[in-house]
Amino acid sequence: MVKIIICVIAYLILAPVIGGLLAGIDRVISARMQGRHGPSVFQPFYDFFKLLEKEPITVNNVQDFYIACFLLFIVVTGFFFFAGMDLLLVIFTLSLASTFLIIAAFSSNSAYPQMGAERELLQMMAYEPMVLITAIGFYLYSGSFNVADIIHNSKMSFPYMIGIFAGFLFILTIKMRKSPFDLSMSHHAHQELVAGLKTEFSGKTLAMVEIAHWYENIFLLGFVFLFFANGTIAGTVIGIVVCLVTYFFETFIDNNFARMKWNVALNSSWLVAITLGMINIVVLYFM
Amino acid sequence: MSYVTKSPWVIHYDGSSCNGCDIEVLACLTPMYDVERFGIINTGNPKHADIFLVTGSVNEQNKAVVKQIYDQMPEPKVVVAIGICANNGGIFRECYNIMGGVDTVIPVDVYVPGCAARPEAIIDGVVKGLGVLAEKRAAMDNKSAAPAAAEPKAEENTETEGKEEA
Amino acid sequence: MSTIFILIIFAFVVALALLVLKADAGRDILVKIAAAVIAAGSIWTAVEFFRSGEDTVNIAMHSAESVISYAMLAIEVILALVVIFLGIKHKKYLASVLAAIQAPFTVWFELTKAHHIEVENNVSIDRLSIIMILIVGIVGSLITVYALGYMKDFQHHQGGPDRRPLFFFLMFTFLSAMFGLVVSNNLLWMFFFWEITTLCSFFLIGFTRTEEAVNNSFRQLVLNLIGGLSFLTGIIVLGSFYGTIELSTLVTLGVQGYGALMVVPTMFLALAGLTKAAQMPFHSWLLGAMVAPTPTSALLHSSTMVKAGVFLILKLAPCLGFNMAGIMVMLIGGITFLLASFAAISQSNGKRVLAYSTIANLGLIVICGGVGATGAVWAGIMLLIFHAITKSLMFLCVGTAEHQIGSRDIEDMDGLFGRLPRLASFMMIGIAGMFLAPLGMLISKWAAMTSFIDSGNFFLVAVICFGSAATAFYWTKWLGKLSAIVAARENIESGVNKEETFVHGALVAMEIVICLIFPFVSKIFVIPYIEGVWGVSNLAATLSSNNMIIMCVMLAVLLILILLFYGKTNKKIVPIYMAGANTGDNLTYMGSMQTEMTQSLRNWYMEKYFGEKKMNMLGLASTITILGVAFAIAIGTIITMMSVMGGGF
Repeated sequence: MVKIIICVIAYLILAPVIGGLLAGIDRVISARMQGRHGPSVFQPFYDFFKLLEKEPITVNNVQDFYIACFLLFIVVTGFFFFAGMDLLLVIFTLSLASTFLIIAAFSSNSAYPQMGAERELLQMMAYEPMVLITAIGFYLYSGSFNVADIIHNSKMSFPYMIGIFAGFLFILTIKMRKSPFDLSMSHHAHQELVAGLKTEFSGKTLAMVEIAHWYENIFLLGFVFLFFANGTIAGTVIGIVVCLVTYFFETFIDNNFARMKWNVALNSSWLVAITLGMINIVVLYFM
Repeated sequence: MSYVTKSPWVIHYDGSSCNGCDIEVLACLTPMYDVERFGIINTGNPKHADIFLVTGSVNEQNKAVVKQIYDQMPEPKVVVAIGICANNGGIFRECYNIMGGVDTVIPVDVYVPGCAARPEAIIDGVVKGLGVLAEKRAAMDNKSAAPAAAEPKAEENTETEGKEEA
Repeated sequence: MSTIFILIIFAFVVALALLVLKADAGRDILVKIAAAVIAAGSIWTAVEFFRSGEDTVNIAMHSAESVISYAMLAIEVILALVVIFLGIKHKKYLASVLAAIQAPFTVWFELTKAHHIEVENNVSIDRLSIIMILIVGIVGSLITVYALGYMKDFQHHQGGPDRRPLFFFLMFTFLSAMFGLVVSNNLLWMFFFWEITTLCSFFLIGFTRTEEAVNNSFRQLVLNLIGGLSFLTGIIVLGSFYGTIELSTLVTLGVQGYGALMVVPTMFLALAGLTKAAQMPFHSWLLGAMVAPTPTSALLHSSTMVKAGVFLILKLAPCLGFNMAGIMVMLIGGITFLLASFAAISQSNGKRVLAYSTIANLGLIVICGGVGATGAVWAGIMLLIFHAITKSLMFLCVGTAEHQIGSRDIEDMDGLFGRLPRLASFMMIGIAGMFLAPLGMLISKWAAMTSFIDSGNFFLVAVICFGSAATAFYWTKWLGKLSAIVAARENIESGVNKEETFVHGALVAMEIVICLIFPFVSKIFVIPYIEGVWGVSNLAATLSSNNMIIMCVMLAVLLILILLFYGKTNKKIVPIYMAGANTGDNLTYMGSMQTEMTQSLRNWYMEKYFGEKKMNMLGLASTITILGVAFAIAIGTIITMMSVMGGGF
């Protein structure tokens, strides 16, 4: 019990710190890959605090409520995850949070956010089957949906779930909003939809979206960690190293691909879910 | 210390121009000049931007657009007029539909001369604008502390920067 | 325990009274009183049931039974004649043929075979029946109250002869038949009520008597008569070879592990359930039913017609599972759930989206029955409860919106939040209830998913993973449309009838309250029912109690947040970004040549991916193949049985 409480508090406090740092490292590495110096590692924090200092404006009286709920439920998602609770509960809370974000964009009735929202929705439809399949894979392997039980399973699940791991990595590109699938809101210099989903968010509201993104990234890396956790120190170390490698890998992909059309996102991620994901599930059934 | 100076996000608008300054602004974003060193990101969205970079002069057609983009930026905000056309109308000054420089429509904080303005000059102008940004931010705090005070709009904080280097 | 008979008779008497009552004021009062009495009566039935303290309450009527049987037979024959006549009149001969086949078989079977079969209990009530009685009694009667105001507007819009007496007669007859259906244990009795519901919906769908309505009503009739024929065949097979026509006997044999032996009659009964539950390839009747006035759709989709189908399949669950009948049901449910969810994406007509979503959700319940395990049945019953409430709320809201804004197209619901704020919030709650945590449908879907995984059927696992992704897509885009705050919209809320608002409010309250107390619903109704049928004890709910409590807490937190903070801001409200060309009203922008252009936003429909035609083709091809194979085997088995039994036939 004490362990769980420590875990949860550590998550609540450290996730934005680590998430922000990772975002900073991501920007520096991206810069280096492009042959430039890049910003400070702490740049995401500067951006965040700057946004807090901006004039408070909004386009209607409900948008901020939705965004606050988005942030709240993203944090709650991670809370459930790090408290070792049911994976499906985690996934459903995550989609509740994502829905709040989408509704916030829709509520502005503005063209660019709406286009971004539709694309975000499409991305949700693209990645959701694979996320569910991942959770089901863990259940079939360890006999429980509870994160706590999966972590304490003495056998590392990765060797038996390589297909699912590869599939999860694929949709992680969508979830982390990296090229080629950063369709719904622009990062860096992409501007085809202005800022897509977040066009109408400004100041503190935008800061909330940013911090939610950091929380989300950490908890997604937690998912990656689950593949390697086996309750021993060695497993933990391997897990953390793989998380970092995964993050680097996503940055690498981000810098090496142009943005693709939405059909590619949907087709490819469903194909991956059906082939890699479902075949692995069938294998787990017969094991 | 205010964080506005550490994370200036820019939006860029090109009015009546030959597009020379426009190209130079974009050149700043390339790895060669790497403005992200200063935390500068080109957002393309007034609601996220802190610094408004205008190239080219203002005409009857686009004055409303320039005005609206400026109005949609949340405080504190700074306008940098880049190139001679944005400063006072430049070569287009005498045209029938030209209003003149950007300052005929919105208050400009930093003037960057040049035809076209060099990327170094532009970066210099933006960095100069950061000082203004910090002042405005401080002014916002003071204003909220003493709401009765008159609105001090830093209208003509004219700075001339970046001589032609060639 | 005779309240249930009073309910059946009361509803029918009210129906008759409404048929002769022509005055608006009188109808208003009578319908409201009757609705209140029926709702109270159904609750009282539940109370009586729990006071008796038994799992199944059987009601014996001794002498009256044979009289009732004959009366039912006579009515069936008369109704068959009516159908034959109507079929000929409208040149829909298939309906006449089906009725002409069905009636003599019924008479023959009842007069020769059924006589020799001893029926122990014609009527028995268990907790599932009680759940159904409550749904029919409360949701159904709320719909009749809603219909009062709605039909007034409808009459006003349509003009023409006032046929509202007929409409209300059919509504209340429907309720009466549903009460009968859910308490019948004698399959012949159930069949009687089954056919009455078919006929009621036939008349309700064809109510407007336009060409489209008549065509669609006959499609409904033909498809459900096929189902009825299948029901009858099931009864005949059961009676001839197994010597029983009691549902409870069939179920008990299933629980004892003889499901595989009973597979043939189970298949026929399940097929009847599938037609009524609008599963592919029979789903087209439910889509066609939209031509009827909205209260009809609400009644058919939420509390009555289709629920009778899934009720039967859930009842049969112990006989299903991994035998041919079970596999058939699971496959058909799975395909229907997946393809109907996809097809809903491509629809912009609000009622059509609702119809596809109903078909998909029924598919899910059907799978739950087909899996035949305790966990899946738990999920299935939960789905049934939540779906009834939420779907009726959605239909009634769309109906009201249609009358107020003159369209049922989702694209026209732009800015509904400004024009009809209360209605839009009700719809948003309804939509959230259909797919979002922590509300009802998601909770049950979660349970369904867990039980499918446990059943070891990976086809179903894939189906639910992809199906729920598509479900989230089409609901969220609708939700987004409703949530959009469009400038300069005039509030027209005052035009909504007070009956309609009352019913919306009541349904929203029910949805939220049931979500908050669903652990108790599970504990008091669902778990004991499953324990009783399967003869197990200490059954745990499919969802762990921790998760159930978390869901309830989340909902409570969300409600508090909404009440405290929703719609409140102290920030400066500024115009939206329109690339610098917003003319200032957030609706128009300055286009080229200084012309004002109006912005309009549209949703995605992805016709190429999820086009309705494509999904229907796929669905029909695959489900017809499955049914063909399954019934080829079944009929082969009957022939073998007949030859083994020798002169038994």
